[in-house]
Amino acid sequence: MRDLAPQALGIAAWGLMTGVAMVKSGMGFYASVVMTLLVFAGSSQLAAIPLIVAGAPAWVILATGFCVNLRFVVFSLHLRPYLIHLPLWRRLGHGYMTADVSYVLFTKRFKQPGETPEARLAQEAYLAGNDGLNWFSWVTSSLIGVTLANGIPPAWGLGFAGILCLLGIQCSLASSRMRILSSLVAGAAAVAAYALPLKLNIVVAIAAAVILCLTVERVRGVK
Amino acid sequence: MSELSNGTDAWTLAVIVGLAAVTVITRSFFFLSDASWHLPHWAQRGLQYAPIAALSAVVVPEIVMQQGQLIHTLQDARLYAAAVGAAVYFWRRDVLITIVLGMAVYLPLHLGWCW
Repeated sequence: MRDLAPQALGIAAWGLMTGVAMVKSGMGFYASVVMTLLVFAGSSQLAAIPLIVAGAPAWVILATGFCVNLRFVVFSLHLRPYLIHLPLWRRLGHGYMTADVSYVLFTKRFKQPGETPEARLAQEAYLAGNDGLNWFSWVTSSLIGVTLANGIPPAWGLGFAGILCLLGIQCSLASSRMRILSSLVAGAAAVAAYALPLKLNIVVAIAAAVILCLTVERVRGVK
Repeated sequence: MSELSNGTDAWTLAVIVGLAAVTVITRSFFFLSDASWHLPHWAQRGLQYAPIAALSAVVVPEIVMQQGQLIHTLQDARLYAAAVGAAVYFWRRDVLITIVLGMAVYLPLHLGWCW
């Protein structure tokens, strides 16, 4: 939790603006509250709202949410060896609760899954602590945002604090030249492919960066 | 459903529940089955690069694009805030200071000069 505490402010600012943005884009008050409590995924919430308001078919909305959340599928593949010893409902609980920031902090802190039951329990506790704090700061600030929606002008741009938070985490991951390459390729590809529907530019950018880095590794024989 | 009449109906609630299910499924995708299964080597290497790529893919368009177009001006508060934020991170290695100083650059430029 101590590792997540500095990020909590950025998460809270982002949650606040997401709450404001939900109501400002035409969601009713109760629907916004229910969405905050259940969906717990800012990017898919914000992507789905214009479609809900426009009355798009349910499958399009759910498919959009799935694509925006595809990065979590990658995270779950990475987290699998750390959590697969747990019973199903606890795996699902951890999966549901683990969003971007707590995933990044967890895999940065624990490079390898625990070998002993004690080590695994300690890792699980670390994950749950971060997830709890992340959930609390996100949900409370979103609900405050929903409530205050008419008082805070979006023109202030407070949501940018969330981007700065992600940027700081991105910098903390830039620990090798290959990772910096991955970051540059993904950024450029996400801009170049921005016109794709359903936020697919993010998926394309991740795929392009990973494939290019693996190719460079193979050609140069790194590790 | 009268208490939910504020722009909310059963269809909207059903879609929201569906989106919550999507959150659970995507975040737990590879722990749904516990059948023994090993990750191929290339995928393990690929996971080295995926998280930073995902963050970059979300962050960079938010800094250099406006309404779906690449910006063609240097008078944009986000550019300076992001540059200062990244520089401060590599100087102090602290995400909170990155956010605070980044916003300290962003808000005056954005609200004062409307960049």
